[in-house]
Amino acid sequence: MSTIIKFQNITKIYHVGSEDVHALENLSLEIKKNEYVAIMGPSGSGKSTLMNIIGCLDTPTSGLYELNGVNVSDMNDNQLAKIRNKEIGFVFQTFNLLARSDVLHNVELPLIYGGISSGERKKLAREAIERVGLTERIHHKPNELSGGQRQRVAIARSLVTQPSILLADEPTGNLDSKTGDEIMALFDKLFAEGNTIILVTHEEYIAEHANRIIRLRDGMIEGDEIVRNRRAISQPTVQA
Amino acid sequence: MRFMVSEIREGLLIAFQAVRANKMRSVLTTLGIVIGIVSVTLMGTAIEGLNRAFNKSISAIGADVLYVQKWPWGGGEDWWRIRNRPDIRIQHAKAIERQAELAASVSPVSGTGRNVKYGRKLIEGIVIVGTNADYLRTTGADIAFGRFFTAMEAEGGRPVCVIGSEVAENLFPNETPLGKTIKLGNYPYRVVGVLEKQGSFLGLQSLDTRAYVPIDRFFTEFASRRSGLSILVKSATLELVDEAKEEVRGVMRKARGLKPKQEDDFAINQQEILIQTFNQIGVVIAGVGLFITGMALFVGGIGIMNIMFVSVTERTREIGIRMAIGAPRRTILQQFLMESAALCLLGGIIGLIIAFPLSLIIDQVLPTAMPLSIVGIALLISVFVGVVSGFLPAYRASRLDPVDALRYE
Ligand SMILES: Nc1ncnc2c1ncn2[C@@H]1O[C@H](COP(=O)(O)OP(=O)(O)O)[C@@H](O)[C@H]1O
Ligand SMILES: [Mg+2]
Repeated sequence: MSTIIKFQNITKIYHVGSEDVHALENLSLEIKKNEYVAIMGPSGSGKSTLMNIIGCLDTPTSGLYELNGVNVSDMNDNQLAKIRNKEIGFVFQTFNLLARSDVLHNVELPLIYGGISSGERKKLAREAIERVGLTERIHHKPNELSGGQRQRVAIARSLVTQPSILLADEPTGNLDSKTGDEIMALFDKLFAEGNTIILVTHEEYIAEHANRIIRLRDGMIEGDEIVRNRRAISQPTVQA
Repeated sequence: MRFMVSEIREGLLIAFQAVRANKMRSVLTTLGIVIGIVSVTLMGTAIEGLNRAFNKSISAIGADVLYVQKWPWGGGEDWWRIRNRPDIRIQHAKAIERQAELAASVSPVSGTGRNVKYGRKLIEGIVIVGTNADYLRTTGADIAFGRFFTAMEAEGGRPVCVIGSEVAENLFPNETPLGKTIKLGNYPYRVVGVLEKQGSFLGLQSLDTRAYVPIDRFFTEFASRRSGLSILVKSATLELVDEAKEEVRGVMRKARGLKPKQEDDFAINQQEILIQTFNQIGVVIAGVGLFITGMALFVGGIGIMNIMFVSVTERTREIGIRMAIGAPRRTILQQFLMESAALCLLGGIIGLIIAFPLSLIIDQVLPTAMPLSIVGIALLISVFVGVVSGFLPAYRASRLDPVDALRYE
């Protein structure tokens, strides 16, 4: 399997007042195509920072980041915007939909910035909405949808450009457990369809949907394990 | 290319949504722009009216007409010296007529105030003008009905007159004036024609409250033969008006027996001077208008800038979302510029809507209409102010850090 993400000694330091916060500390990591990775760790351990750097929303203070074999570390803002648009699909805990736009327009948005023509855009957006099962709600505004439905819209939006990876930072964090399960079922389906997925979660039972769990603590990798029995109580094996 | 079109369409959509979501705030914010646009539009309308009035009242008489007179227009020269100049006389008109080859038509003109009566009806203080049969040709005035008096009638000193439209309306509300005998001062005159309505311009004496009579008769009945007159000389063509002026000047100097070193003891006036006065009025209106417009747009622009900063702050998270899914900084900049421009355009449109009825009020004083070009200019100005005052907020939006923007509560 080809490597999608390659981190070499990535460090991220935030300056807060006179203090330096080491959100990520000399972190190295590889993620291959068709992996389903869960990132776990206590609050403040650097999970979101890691996701933001993978997603090219943020840049590391030092270290090397290769995405699909391309060195992203020293790209400029415009190049990063293009990478985010084409290669990354983001799903957030708080959905982050545009409140004034309907489902269709929200899902279309990445394609607009990708310069896809209107007709093609509508077609792709409808397909993505269909995949998350929201075809009936296509002209609803976010505030007319339930939390689970909103997260489906966000997932459709992240899928619509057919990115190399889907990144989901606590996608079930704002949902009740039943709805969370539905969203996880959707991720499982997308994984089965060949997508590469990285998701952050607090919950062990959610992490076990993945086939690999990376545990962070204080900006460092504490554990990196393969899930033998997905969605079952696992016997984690710490990798060498 | 298509990339741009989609983005611009998205930008316009966002702008429209933003304005619609904050209707009241948007409208209030644009107040300065509204005032600016009202002001620039009314200024344009007033200047348009001025031009129309000019074309109607002044150019009706013709820019190719020279006025040989004792007094120069516009003044400025030594009053006493001019006062002592000899008057212009009928023989000078005859001399110009004979000798000036570039003169297409020459009319001596003299005027005085008299009452006019028809039966019981009386109008006080109209201007009786003595002139010759060429008057229409010289001035380019038109006859509404009837005819002007002929050279025969003029030379024979016939008691015939041509009246202005207002005189005709007031004396003959229900009948034709033609063939009727009216009393100019104490003397009976038969009306042979009525002039086309000309209107008055900015308080200049109305040409419509006049009566025209043969000049010889005018001198015997209304003024002494020795009193002065003006000679109107129509140049053969408009292009030749300067040459014609020189020629008339030569004829006059000869008639006056002036030596080469002596100054002219007469003035040859031309519309240009009127045009200048006229332009001065226009300049004053434009100056005041532009000042008000500038102030209002400046204040309005600051207001727009302020509200755009508010809008950027309120929508920090939205900006973060857009950046996260791949909007480059340039697109964010463009989006907020469009929003700001749309806001100002709204102000511009409101301004035009307010200005329109006001322009109708101006129309009552000074016949005019809102020129279409000023509508276009007003809208362009609005967009321009929007882009300029929206730039800083839009720039700030485009420089936001996506992660910070997404975290913003
Ligand atoms: N923008 C920021 N400025 C300063 N410190 C930050 C910023 N973002 C994250 N941090 C700090 O970096 C550390 C890791 O944060 P984060 O990646 O959000 O953790 P997690 O998502 O695992 O809870 C925390 O100590 C947090 O306070
Ligand atoms: Mg986090």
